[in-house]
Amino acid sequence: MATPKHRRVGDSPMVRRLLIGTAVLLTVLLLFMPLVLIFVQALSEGWAGYAGNILDDYTLDAIGLTLVVALMTVPLNMVFGVFLAWLVTRFRFPGRKVLTTLIDIPFAVSPVVAGLLYLLLYGSNGWAGQWLGEYDIQLMFSWPGIVMVTVFVTCPFVARELIPLMQQQGSEEEEAGVVLGASGWQLFRRITLPNIRWALLYGVILTNARAVGEFGAVSVVSGNIRGETNTLPLHVELLYQDYNIVGAFAAASLLAAIALLTLVAKAIVEWRQSRV
Amino acid sequence: MSTTDTSGRPAKRLSTSGTKRVLPGFGLSLGISLFFISLVLLLPITGLVIRAGGMGWEQFWFVVTDPRVVASYKVTALAALAASLFNCVFGLLMAWVLVRYEFPGKRFLDAIMDLPFALPTAVAGITLATLFSENGWYGQLLSQIGIEVAFTPLGIVIAMAFTSVPFVVRTVQPVLEELAPEDEEAAVSLGASDATVFRRILFPTLWPAIVTGGALSFARSLGEYGAVIFIAGNSPYVSEVISLMIFVRLEEYDFPAASAIAAVVMVTSLILLLVINVWQGRYLKRLNGG
Repeated sequence: MATPKHRRVGDSPMVRRLLIGTAVLLTVLLLFMPLVLIFVQALSEGWAGYAGNILDDYTLDAIGLTLVVALMTVPLNMVFGVFLAWLVTRFRFPGRKVLTTLIDIPFAVSPVVAGLLYLLLYGSNGWAGQWLGEYDIQLMFSWPGIVMVTVFVTCPFVARELIPLMQQQGSEEEEAGVVLGASGWQLFRRITLPNIRWALLYGVILTNARAVGEFGAVSVVSGNIRGETNTLPLHVELLYQDYNIVGAFAAASLLAAIALLTLVAKAIVEWRQSRV
Repeated sequence: MSTTDTSGRPAKRLSTSGTKRVLPGFGLSLGISLFFISLVLLLPITGLVIRAGGMGWEQFWFVVTDPRVVASYKVTALAALAASLFNCVFGLLMAWVLVRYEFPGKRFLDAIMDLPFALPTAVAGITLATLFSENGWYGQLLSQIGIEVAFTPLGIVIAMAFTSVPFVVRTVQPVLEELAPEDEEAAVSLGASDATVFRRILFPTLWPAIVTGGALSFARSLGEYGAVIFIAGNSPYVSEVISLMIFVRLEEYDFPAASAIAAVVMVTSLILLLVINVWQGRYLKRLNGG
């Protein structure tokens, strides 16, 4: 701030204090206290009770299934996101804008509708479901269905993070690489990836957060079979409806911890990007 | 559909077709992207359209205008509207405070704004339901002044407002950051009051971003399910949201009805998405001096 400071709107100490005070108060009430409540409830029977709730067999099964779903969904959507971002930012072709609008569909569609789309197609009386049924393959009400709807719900995140960044960076560096004789893979590995790694990382973290936490879509296709098709968010619902409030919040605290890590990761990524 | 893209293309096409495509991977990335989008997005959507289209207009109309379903449209739309109006005001306040002032704890405040996107909706749902329940932290206080939130439409509004907090904050923030200070400073130094300068100079540049954020928040709220069902009470005609309505029909194994209602919801959200995209495109063009 070397230039002399001019007065701007809202600079007077009273307005300033009033606005900051209101903002902090509302944020504490609306966002911070809910977060505190999760951990207070989860620990209300002490650490031993907390450990007991987390180490419950059904909870461990739910954690396991949730990890499997994330491990299958995230890499798939990462690869797709990178290819789509490469396609729409490095080439011009008719229909490019249609593609970038299509990719937003999962953000616009209600998760319950998303689940229903898959149930109608792959359920026992859907086209694909009937055909697969002849080979004794059942996708709905079992884990593959959960993976499929999770892929649907989370597919925009990586591409959404990469497209604006790659557009802004332009393709000069990569074109120079081609002139110097680099192969496609070398180009990506040596030039593109180092340029986009932080945005890619954040896209992956967002995909993971949503994959781990998806509820509406998964609840349509899961069938909620304890120990088999119960993901962590579905397990939270089940415990809550059994009036096992402490158990529900113990399971929820794991998801809240992932959410907090996501926020920390975002702060770090933004800090790294601002230093470049 | 690709009309938006054709306007500027002929000139660019000349230059690219002259030099051919320099970068590798066009065929591969086009193939993978189209395959993925067709399989994951378009095929299931086509399935729904065919299913809903196959039931005949009369039956379709009967199902989607069932009084209980119509009541759920109203509850959902009104609650989403209230929630996004709240977020327009709250989001503007937060964006303003985060951009204009320095104070301890600011980075924490900025970071926690994204919590609703990071927190699974079911977790948000049980947390809000517990906070606002009869003997919850907030419920206790509010019941003393006669306000009931849990199991009422007000609970739906709060759940929707919570899950869509970041939209307005994050659309207004960058616009406020890049606002040139000259007009504002000139007006202030000429003696105009803060309120006048805000209304006449700042608000006209900010409102498109506020509307965009508000529309995104509205669209998100229309489809919200996980956060809402725990706090809403879900009584027919009063506090049943549209996503729950689809779920109820599914649990009755009434697949045609579920598909028909889902088709209405999906078409509405796709139209909303398209409108927001076109609007954002225009508004960005204007910002860039087009």
